[in-house]
Amino acid sequence: MSSNVLPTGRPVKTTGLHSGEIAPGVAKVDPIIVADNITRTFGGLHAVDVAHLEIPRGAITALIGPNGAGKTTLFNLLTGFDKPNTGTWTFDGKSISGMSAFKVARLGQIRTFQLTKALGLLTVLDNMKLGAKGQRGEGLFSSLFPALWRKQDQELEARAQELLVKFKLDAKSADYAASLSGGQRKLLEMARALMSDPTLVMLDEPMAGVNPALTQSLLDHILDLKKEGMTVLFVEHDMAMVSHIADWVIVMAEGKIVAEGPPEIVMKNPAVIDAYLGAHLDVDLGVVTGRVNEKGEQL
Amino acid sequence: MDWGQILSNTAAYLISPETIAYALAALGLALHFGYTGLLNFGQAGFMAIGAYGYAISILSFGAPWWVGILVGIVGSVIFAFILGIPTLRLRADYLAIVTIAAAEIVRLLFTTQAFDEYTNSADGLGNYHAGFRAANPIPEGTYGFGPWVYNETQWWVRIFGILLVVVAALIVWALMRSPWGRVIKGIREDEDAVRALGKNVFAYKMQSLVIGGVFGALGGVVLALPSAVVPSVYVTSLTFFLYTILLLGGAATVFGPIVGSVIFWVIMAFLSNALPQMVNAGLLPFMTTTQSQVLRFILVGVALMLIVIFRPQGIFGNKKELTFVK
Amino acid sequence: MQIALRARKRRSRFMVLVFAALCAAFALSLVPLSAATADEVGTDEYDFIFSGNVKNDGVPLEDVLISVSGNGYEAEVETDAEGKWRIGVPEKDTYEITLDESTLPDGVIVAEGSATTEVEFGLTSNKSVNFFLGEGVRVTVSFWDQLADRAVNGLNFGLMLALAAIGASLVFGTTGLSNFAHAEFVTFGAIAAMVFSTYLSMPILIAIPLAVILSGALGFVLDLGLFRPLRRRGIGIVQLMIVSIGLSLALRYTFQYFIGGGTYQLPGAGAAEINLFGAVSLTVTDMVSMVVSVVVLLAVAYWLQRTRVGKATRAISDNASLAAASGIDVDRVIRIVWILAAALAGLSGILWAYFRPGIKWDMGAGILLLIFAAITLGGLGTAFGALVGSLVVGMIVEVSTLWIPSDLKYVGALIVLILVLLVRPQGILGRRERIG
Repeated sequence: MSSNVLPTGRPVKTTGLHSGEIAPGVAKVDPIIVADNITRTFGGLHAVDVAHLEIPRGAITALIGPNGAGKTTLFNLLTGFDKPNTGTWTFDGKSISGMSAFKVARLGQIRTFQLTKALGLLTVLDNMKLGAKGQRGEGLFSSLFPALWRKQDQELEARAQELLVKFKLDAKSADYAASLSGGQRKLLEMARALMSDPTLVMLDEPMAGVNPALTQSLLDHILDLKKEGMTVLFVEHDMAMVSHIADWVIVMAEGKIVAEGPPEIVMKNPAVIDAYLGAHLDVDLGVVTGRVNEKGEQL
Repeated sequence: MDWGQILSNTAAYLISPETIAYALAALGLALHFGYTGLLNFGQAGFMAIGAYGYAISILSFGAPWWVGILVGIVGSVIFAFILGIPTLRLRADYLAIVTIAAAEIVRLLFTTQAFDEYTNSADGLGNYHAGFRAANPIPEGTYGFGPWVYNETQWWVRIFGILLVVVAALIVWALMRSPWGRVIKGIREDEDAVRALGKNVFAYKMQSLVIGGVFGALGGVVLALPSAVVPSVYVTSLTFFLYTILLLGGAATVFGPIVGSVIFWVIMAFLSNALPQMVNAGLLPFMTTTQSQVLRFILVGVALMLIVIFRPQGIFGNKKELTFVK
Repeated sequence: MQIALRARKRRSRFMVLVFAALCAAFALSLVPLSAATADEVGTDEYDFIFSGNVKNDGVPLEDVLISVSGNGYEAEVETDAEGKWRIGVPEKDTYEITLDESTLPDGVIVAEGSATTEVEFGLTSNKSVNFFLGEGVRVTVSFWDQLADRAVNGLNFGLMLALAAIGASLVFGTTGLSNFAHAEFVTFGAIAAMVFSTYLSMPILIAIPLAVILSGALGFVLDLGLFRPLRRRGIGIVQLMIVSIGLSLALRYTFQYFIGGGTYQLPGAGAAEINLFGAVSLTVTDMVSMVVSVVVLLAVAYWLQRTRVGKATRAISDNASLAAASGIDVDRVIRIVWILAAALAGLSGILWAYFRPGIKWDMGAGILLLIFAAITLGGLGTAFGALVGSLVVGMIVEVSTLWIPSDLKYVGALIVLILVLLVRPQGILGRRERIG
């Protein structure tokens, strides 16, 4: 695995993720998720039908495809929120097929949702603290004795405040999450996921419904996740964003994986463009937001 | 109109066993509905199990009174598991249907002639008081002042009940300021989000169902302590009265259920004393005294509607913290 | 025929109802006089009272001889028109109470060995004593004949349950509301029929349609005055459900306020049974009731499948926002659904008043859970599912009495409800919901 630092304002892309000919289901040098024969049907409709899939470690992988392609369903299956008809998959070499969602999360595979699930009637700070793993005060009996968990709780609070500062939500920490804007909720959800020190962060349409002013900040946070050593898998419709930050792109249609590869290659795949994407997909998001020009130079 | 009499009878309900019992059961519902978002419509069933567990273990098996209470508690824990295991994984409204159905099953089982030997069917049970009264530390005599003059047995029932309410309220308070309570409130808001953060949502819901159910059973015991256990008390309307109390005080509060119960019973007592006297005094010419008693329950229904529509957070609830999941 | 005559005589003793159509169309004002009192012996002299209610299969039996003996005291009494009796005794002690089997109507016996029982008082100075009656011929009836008889009863009950359940299911489908006040629509229909027929002396064939129309009006008024404004406020489903609980309590006790706690009969209730085949016998009202149910259910099915509004109703149940976007006037359809639901429930209440028999202030609340069971079994929110669920529930309730005591007959249906939710939470006909 080598990394190739571009001399521009573009994010640093990780390359050399695969081994062998690029094709759907290609083997990865260092996969974090390996899935085989996953199928899920809804009343005769094949929502997901994936023969083989590997997600590369330490990179940002985008899952794209038209509406109804089965992206979110695949997400739900991999995270234990839905049960497949068939299939096995591993996370970090450990079989997690059929494992319940909370156990998957405890292993370090944390997801967010398409429709943001900020817990509206909890404060922002409580939302954050809820994200941490292994809390002694979360046991029924130990919760009755603050001496057992107060110290840990204070440590968590300090860490939560740190993250909130980073995500520019610290001023809101005492407010109910319900009072946040859509974009702030996305940020909160991502920050909350980080409280558990995940190894794999799965983001379901992190940009959906986000105010353009917050888009850049969200993108930066996603890139930061990679810098901090986490693996990112995200579902997205916005092709500009995908080509801007993704190291690897997986294209789904009608439940199947129809193409995968580095963004610049996948985006040029005529079948992908014709069938699912549309024009101007090779435009970098930086151009759209005015951060870089069309040659990729920082403005 | 004897206002002194009316007010004295009304004031007695500040600390009546009914008030205490309903406060306990409503505290359990606060945990279920207010904090966890579980739509338990079967609290009457938990109360019935507490009351019958107490009475039957004393009458049929000669158990000491405190064993009777333990039996009621264990019974309610088992009931919570029976309800929870199949339904806590399903959609919220299924829990509502299953709990209301299960509570009716419980009531019908206590009412049927088939188990008359243990339950005395529709007539209910009585005469199980000896053990509890023997444990009374208060010397014989009459105590109190004003409207609250009771003998040692009556005080013993009230003090024991109030102690239970205090302990239950302390437990709810302690749980809700802890990380456990944070998870529980998170589940109320969105259980999938909490699941995605690695919490065993099912286990938390079950713990909540069990604890709230035990409070319900203790409410049933307190209701049984002074007099008798009659199956027709534990109808679904009882659960709905508890919801009225809970929403009156504030569903996601510790004091709400207690204050709600006091307000509920004081108003009910006031009306049940004042209305017949007003009828007899000719102030309500269109009504008989029997009708005036029924009128109270019409008012309960109307009050429940008004609270839910206009002040869903209750008297003590935080206005921002509306506890209804849309 | 004898029983029918008796019923007519009883009605004259019943009550004088004062009806005033108050401002609102549904506000009934009935002032009950004392319901027929039980025939009593010694209840004035003595403080301790035995009482009972002799009924066979829900039909009160008159002139049955009950005697009490013990502690050197003896008394006997005959049951009144409602099957009630009361005997006062001097001491709170054990007495022997006997029901004279020879005074029972032909074909009815006391369950073996229980014609005489030893009874003692519980906590209170009142004790109710019940005798288990059954058809004397039952012993000789084969299991299959009994099953056929119960199944026909179950079908009858299931059909009237379906009338109520389909409306509740349509309301759930279009508005998402599990309407607890639906039970009160059932009671309302029956009471309205009683007011028109008994008090306003209308022929029953006019009284029933009027009662159904008035029930529909109740649905209309409630939608207009309560549920539509709440929908406009965007109030949550759970909140709405609790509002309906409040409404249910308010309506139910309003009924009790006006008609009291007694049981009343519609004209023609308790008619003689006609033997059809085997052990299956039905009254004429039973047969008419089944025919009416089937015809109305077919009409509702036609309405849902073929008419514009019916199709719109199904479209809204499927996807309300899509339906609204495609030009359906959602508010209007929901209003029609409320009217239809209340009218069907009212009709169901009238038929049920004949089936039970009797009208009581909380009769609807008694079957509310069975209605919920029916729509859950069939798959929430589908009208056809509600029909199938109702028939299943009706069958379970009636047929299960072959094995379990009849005072537990609702338990069977409720347990099946819970089991079905366990195994197939989407109901018999519902589709598994798509996740994600």
